[in-house]
Amino acid sequence: MSANMGDREGQTDGVMLTPEQQRGRRARNIAIGVGVALLVVLFYAITVVRLGGVVANRTL
Amino acid sequence: MSDVSYLDNGELPRIPVAEPADYIRLLKPRVMSLVVFTALAGLLLAPVPPHPLIAFVALLSIAIGAGASGALNMWYDADIDAKMERTSKRPIPAGRLDPESALAFGVVLSILSVFTLGFATNWLAAALLAFTIFFYVAIYTMWLKRWTPLNIVIGGAAGALPPIVGFAAATGEINLASVVLFAIIFIWTPPHFWALAILKIEDYDRAGVPMLPNVAGLERTRLEILLYTLVLAPLGLAPWLLGFASPVYGVVAMAGGLMIVNIAARMFSARDAADIRRAAGRMFGFSILYLFGLFLVLVIERALHLLELI
Repeated sequence: MSANMGDREGQTDGVMLTPEQQRGRRARNIAIGVGVALLVVLFYAITVVRLGGVVANRTL
Repeated sequence: MSDVSYLDNGELPRIPVAEPADYIRLLKPRVMSLVVFTALAGLLLAPVPPHPLIAFVALLSIAIGAGASGALNMWYDADIDAKMERTSKRPIPAGRLDPESALAFGVVLSILSVFTLGFATNWLAAALLAFTIFFYVAIYTMWLKRWTPLNIVIGGAAGALPPIVGFAAATGEINLASVVLFAIIFIWTPPHFWALAILKIEDYDRAGVPMLPNVAGLERTRLEILLYTLVLAPLGLAPWLLGFASPVYGVVAMAGGLMIVNIAARMFSARDAADIRRAAGRMFGFSILYLFGLFLVLVIERALHLLELI
């Protein structure tokens, strides 16, 4: 696995990712995004099911 | 100012190439599927089943909890996994994933699975899931596995708990039937893993893991396997004898029990190394089929019962 610094003048120092590392990072980011979105939907659905019809029984 | 954070040793940080598939491998999907199946059997024992979505979330949480245990196991055991042929291609020893990421992944999923189960069902089920993860990681992986040939005897409790967690998720209680399913998996575990340990004896030797065949020899291991199957076969009948499974289950359990004792007896009487290996292969394969068969019949029966078809 290699990680090297960009050392050309005028460029910000930083770790230059290999194409394989970039591909991995992108795939991981997408997976985390999808995972979090699914979790939000899941918790919303759990809340609706757990509250059930009782949610309507309240004074307005 | 540089964007680069150097490590204490002056080197640049290692940047992982891992893709989501590597993280999924950390979860041991095959073990997860067996856990889901046994937890489903426990869940279906409930007199009144939970809402289908709640049941789905319960099984998902139990599966993720089991997967998190697998990830933490792979984090802790990366050194021995690298020495064993069977496990050397796992993401950490293969160099695709750094151990710290596996640790973080396992911890996050453990917390997430326990709290999701608690939120969706009840806190007894969540506590039982947390205990299962703790038992597998701290008691089995960190303590027993490298220390005693009884590792799998005691550690097997973690793998046996899912039916109890499943039943607790559905009812908020623990009952005798779910404890019986726990006992069946608990007694099934040693002969299953000792058969594997006979097949992979060189691997375990290389890794320095004190499995029974390496420590006590093949003779003693085969005797123990036979004794365990002699307990397992009648225990497998208990769901029918206690009235929470039908005579069809009883017939399957009896036939399976006779088969597994027969395989263990042949294995015990085998004389040369090739015969012992062949018998160990048969025991390993049939033990999976046996447990799968018992739980499949139970799951089908309970599902038909809940649908009021029987």
